[in-house]
Amino acid sequence: MIALENVAYSYGGGELLSEVSLRLAPGSFHFLTGPSGAGKSTLLKLCYAELLPTAGRVTLFDREVRSLNRDEVALLRRRIGVVHQDCQFIDHLPLATNVTLPAIVSSRTSELADLEDLLNWVGLAKLADALPPQLSGGERQRAALARAVMMSPDVVLADEPTGNLDWDMSLRLLTLLVELNKMGKTILVATHDLNLIRAAKQQVPARVLRIVKRRVQLAGADL
Amino acid sequence: MKLLALTEIFRGDSQADRVVPPSGHTAWLTSFTAAAMTFLAVFAMALSLASGRLADRWGDALARSATIRISAPAGQMDAQTRAVLDVLATTPGIERARAMSDAEQRALLEPWFGPDLPLDALPVPRLIEVTEDSDGYDSEGLRQRLAAEAPGAVLDDHTRWRKPLALAAGRLRLLGLTSILLIGATMAAMITLAANAALSANAQVIRVLRLVGAKDAYIARAFVRRFTLRTLTGSAVGALLGLIGVAFLPSADVAGGFLTGLGFQGAGWLWPFVLPPLAALVAFFATRFAAFRKLKELT
Repeated sequence: MIALENVAYSYGGGELLSEVSLRLAPGSFHFLTGPSGAGKSTLLKLCYAELLPTAGRVTLFDREVRSLNRDEVALLRRRIGVVHQDCQFIDHLPLATNVTLPAIVSSRTSELADLEDLLNWVGLAKLADALPPQLSGGERQRAALARAVMMSPDVVLADEPTGNLDWDMSLRLLTLLVELNKMGKTILVATHDLNLIRAAKQQVPARVLRIVKRRVQLAGADL
Repeated sequence: MKLLALTEIFRGDSQADRVVPPSGHTAWLTSFTAAAMTFLAVFAMALSLASGRLADRWGDALARSATIRISAPAGQMDAQTRAVLDVLATTPGIERARAMSDAEQRALLEPWFGPDLPLDALPVPRLIEVTEDSDGYDSEGLRQRLAAEAPGAVLDDHTRWRKPLALAAGRLRLLGLTSILLIGATMAAMITLAANAALSANAQVIRVLRLVGAKDAYIARAFVRRFTLRTLTGSAVGALLGLIGVAFLPSADVAGGFLTGLGFQGAGWLWPFVLPPLAALVAFFATRFAAFRKLKELT
């Protein structure tokens, strides 16, 4: 679904990622870990074509990202749900509208019927009319997850989704991601929370990747 | 494609409209600019139309007429008048010619000398009114023939003063049209700036829309629709105020002169109603251009 072959990414004269090769198979669950600033967010952005590699090939659904025009990138993004570290909402729109944005921009009104179920699933049904600034960190993360899966995407990419959450809320969000994976979705979660990774491995056969010295490698047995 | 986008402006998409924050300084700036520019455009249009009428009047009405002035001693006046009329009767291009009566000449001089002017006692030249046909006549040839047959006759074909006046009126009309074009260009520039400001202020909205798979056309449409409708509304207000302003200009009957003729006549009053749709069209293309350029920058 998503494949990176010998990818490098440089910014401001320095190389952030080098010789990264990665293949996300359908239905797989991957964690991506590493210290802050290691390039986890950058790698995720390469996976949904927000950034283009400075070297190597990134392939999304068998399409090389460099060959895509802007509209084609937009269409491919509808197949990828992204949960950002800072969630990224449109602040003047209520939560329900923010969650349904992927359906609105693609004019797929049939998906709107699932909104209530979706908000129930993430436990936010009562906050449908609330504005994003009125939500807590955990509520925003769950809302971002709801928006990411609104269009039933093939892949869900989550960047530090539990970064601002307490342990109970982190486990709740992890449970949602595991449920998605059991429904056949491909999941890639960037996190530096090793306890979260250990908790996930008890529920799904997740692979753990670690960014070390600009390269991605499979994590050791400790994870 | 652009025509389709234009129809979508008026069809509307309530969901897409809500994506862009509803208020901001660009909202009133756009409406005010459209209103002010259209107000000015109404006056420029009035100037252009009035100049056009003047140019036509001076150009057409006087172009086919001429006057022959005969200055001769009292004893020779009738003979020279007959000689001139004979010459005119055999000149190709002359449709008709007639000597003005004493009463007509008195009427012409009345504004300056009063109603009791004794024409017989004064050396007032005899005037002959000449109207040419569609082919026109050879004025230089006629002058030479008049000089031979009636030495006291002088042909005045109005060219000397008609041409510069018609030229001036034509220039005024051009000036009015140029003003309308400049006003349109200024409005386009200001709306482009306002649209750019709105797009920059909503970079976060654009980022989120991109994240969830919105195409550029979808994002641009939300901005274009808003700016086009704001411009249409502002321009309609400006046109209405401009029309009221023109309607309240002093009447030509009261004061006379060119400036009081500034305004619209008959169906000309409908022309200002063309301005709001034109302004909306300018806004549509200006915002669309700005939006797609900005979206490309924000990639």
